[in-house]
Amino acid sequence: MLRYVFRRLLTAIPTLFVIVTMAFFLMRVAPGGPFNQERGLSPEIKANLEAQFGLNDPLWLQYVHYLGNLLRGNFGPSYNMPDFTVTELFAKGLPISVQLGASALILALLLGSVLGTIAALNQNKLGDYTVIALATAGSTIPTFVIAPVIQLLFGLTWKLLPIGGWGDGAFINKVGPVLTLALPQIAIVARLMRGSMIESLRSHHIRTARALGLSDWSVVVKHALRGAILPIVSFTGPAAAALLTGSVIVETIFSIPGVGRYFVDAALNRDYTLVMGTVVVIAIFTIIFNLIVDVMYAVVDPRVRYD
Amino acid sequence: MATPETILSVKDLRVRFRTLDGAVEAVKGINIHVNAGETVAVVGESGSGKSQTMMAAMSLLASNGEATGSVDYRGRNLLTLSKSDLNKVRGAKISMIFQEPMTSLDPLYSIGNQLIEPIRRHRGLNAAEAREEALKLLRLVHIPDPERRMKSYPHEMSGGQRQRVMIAMALANDPDILIADEPTTALDVTIQAQILMLLAELQRKLGMAIVFITHDLGIVRRFADRVYVMRQGEVVEEGDAEAIFVNPQHAYTKMLLAAEPTGTKAPPPANAPVVLEGRNVEVTFKIGGGFLAGEPLMLRAVDDISIRLQRNQTIGIVGESGSGKSTLGRALLRLLPSDGLIRFGDRDISTADRQQMRPLRRQMQLVFQDPFGSLSPRMTVGQVITEGLLVHEPNLSGKQRDQRAVEALLEVGLDPNARNRYPHEFSGGQRQRIAIARAMILKPKMVVLDEPTSALDRSVQKQIVELLRKLQADHELSYLFISHDLSVVRAMADYIIVMKQGKIVEEGPTEAIFSNPQHVYTQTLMAAAIDVTRFRLSA
Repeated sequence: MLRYVFRRLLTAIPTLFVIVTMAFFLMRVAPGGPFNQERGLSPEIKANLEAQFGLNDPLWLQYVHYLGNLLRGNFGPSYNMPDFTVTELFAKGLPISVQLGASALILALLLGSVLGTIAALNQNKLGDYTVIALATAGSTIPTFVIAPVIQLLFGLTWKLLPIGGWGDGAFINKVGPVLTLALPQIAIVARLMRGSMIESLRSHHIRTARALGLSDWSVVVKHALRGAILPIVSFTGPAAAALLTGSVIVETIFSIPGVGRYFVDAALNRDYTLVMGTVVVIAIFTIIFNLIVDVMYAVVDPRVRYD
Repeated sequence: MATPETILSVKDLRVRFRTLDGAVEAVKGINIHVNAGETVAVVGESGSGKSQTMMAAMSLLASNGEATGSVDYRGRNLLTLSKSDLNKVRGAKISMIFQEPMTSLDPLYSIGNQLIEPIRRHRGLNAAEAREEALKLLRLVHIPDPERRMKSYPHEMSGGQRQRVMIAMALANDPDILIADEPTTALDVTIQAQILMLLAELQRKLGMAIVFITHDLGIVRRFADRVYVMRQGEVVEEGDAEAIFVNPQHAYTKMLLAAEPTGTKAPPPANAPVVLEGRNVEVTFKIGGGFLAGEPLMLRAVDDISIRLQRNQTIGIVGESGSGKSTLGRALLRLLPSDGLIRFGDRDISTADRQQMRPLRRQMQLVFQDPFGSLSPRMTVGQVITEGLLVHEPNLSGKQRDQRAVEALLEVGLDPNARNRYPHEFSGGQRQRIAIARAMILKPKMVVLDEPTSALDRSVQKQIVELLRKLQADHELSYLFISHDLSVVRAMADYIIVMKQGKIVEEGPTEAIFSNPQHVYTQTLMAAAIDVTRFRLSA
């Protein structure tokens, strides 16, 4: 197993390299540059700025410099927020995004699994239809609708939650954004869980468990649920990578100082270093969570062995 | 002997399934009883309701099924017991083993864990005591090295061993009745015999009653005291096992008894042209390997096999699962990469690529075991069987193709109107006829038949065997007949190759192989098959 993890981490290096390379050059293919939109920037100043950031060097040289810096853990300065380096921006924003994302993910996994199991046990009965209806609603109503509705109802009408802001991480400030992030995920998890649970309940070894006179609890939780959890495990990898790196919409609507907004802002402003930083962070998260998923698979299912 | 005590009595049991097409009655008011310590067989073909009868008794019906009537176990009606009372009977007093040893154990828990759970539940033992019991049970069912096996997972064991574990679980709480639902059908013949011996031995030791649900008359003849013959949800005949075999009353029972394929196939003349020849054919599969994963494991599935198939010849390839017989069939058709020489007619096709093989494909066809999975459910039967014509005879008009479909369906004994219907509307035997029509429509020279009768009921098997014979006689076809079923092979093939672990262990004319098997493995295979199918009164 350790050998497998080590091998996977080694293969992550060329993967990251390819991602960084592609992102670097694709970014440069897009027209414009970081200082094109500054209003009233005289050509001399622009030239000066570009010279200072090395943007006049040939592209390959910039690439080599960037890689060199990256290897030393230096993401470079942000072009549009010149007071900060990319590393500083992430140091400030990433913990916030990770907190929200992780809370939403845990909530989604717990609630979604329970709902999906309830639906499966009541297949084609009222409980099932209710869960399916909720899940369909949850996955079709977009976040930018859910978020303002939560703000309106809980914030303005009932005054239970703050409308927005981070409030230095106070619990009450997290409720709205976490709910908004979690709702669509709950829906997805519930549907996945329902499907795999129905299949699991029909399997032969469940029939065996029933024929042995085991209790419903043991049949459902010990035998059916453990088998049904595998699709959820594989879903969790990419979902975690996406949730933990922040959401543009949720962070914008709730004014959360996370990292989710950077990607869009930076891309629009051709903030090369910030875009690259975001790409690297998302890539690392994705690689790590996929690895965790594969390890979890082996933990849950003894048939999966890596050696 | 005193009057035996009746411990289970099924009265006027009806099982109904709600389906989209309305209610389907699978069991239509049957009466069955089981006496203490006896062996009862419930015999029937697929769809006879034999399994559903026992599923209903154990409250294991699918969620759309419902049972009425009564199933009396020692004075209590199992159908109306509360779930918690029922769970005190299931697995304790009445237990069950199933047809599918590969999937009937939970893949995620160790054997020990799965054995201990029902013991603790029904007997309230602590973990250490239950573990001792579990070990005892594994020894009882002759699992070697039980200490180590307690920690094994199901996927680490063979089908036969898994069925032994299932039996151990079923016997864990010293039941009155063991219901065995086709317990050996999914196993190789040599393993079948071992499992049946084990059940007989355990019955002698522990004295429980056994209910065999089976389609296999060999098992009935060998083990049962009394028999119920079921057909379409009804019991058509019941009585003493011996009496039923000697003097069957109902026409259906007679038909079942006569359903064993008979006859032999004469070999082709020695100078008949060779249709397909393989010399030193080898197929190797690579397992694992890759970046930092070390050397891949090379598995030789077909190991240095030479074979010569003449016109109008049937070569039976016999072996247990994993022996490489299907792989060999596929390699000879160049559906798998292989080493060695393969000739079709006088043409060397060892290195022919897909493009070069395409014109030859129509002459070399393949029929699979599974008549349910091998026909596309979204195409009409007409489309299924004429699809090959689109590739191989693209110049035919739609009308001509349709005419060919009619001819092919008539040839395999189906109504030509079948071509406008979909595969799911047909039974297993009819589907296998459709699959054969799909091969025959191209007028092939040779057909590889990969277990074409294994998924079918005995009576249907016999019809398919007869159809294949007739087609062979009409068209001078050559067959490569892959099967684990010795009685079918004996009826079909004039030459037999016995395979084990990718190698030929014995080959020769059918009668020679059957009357005088030389290799130990062939002898074991024969003995196992004969043990199950031949009547021996004093077991």
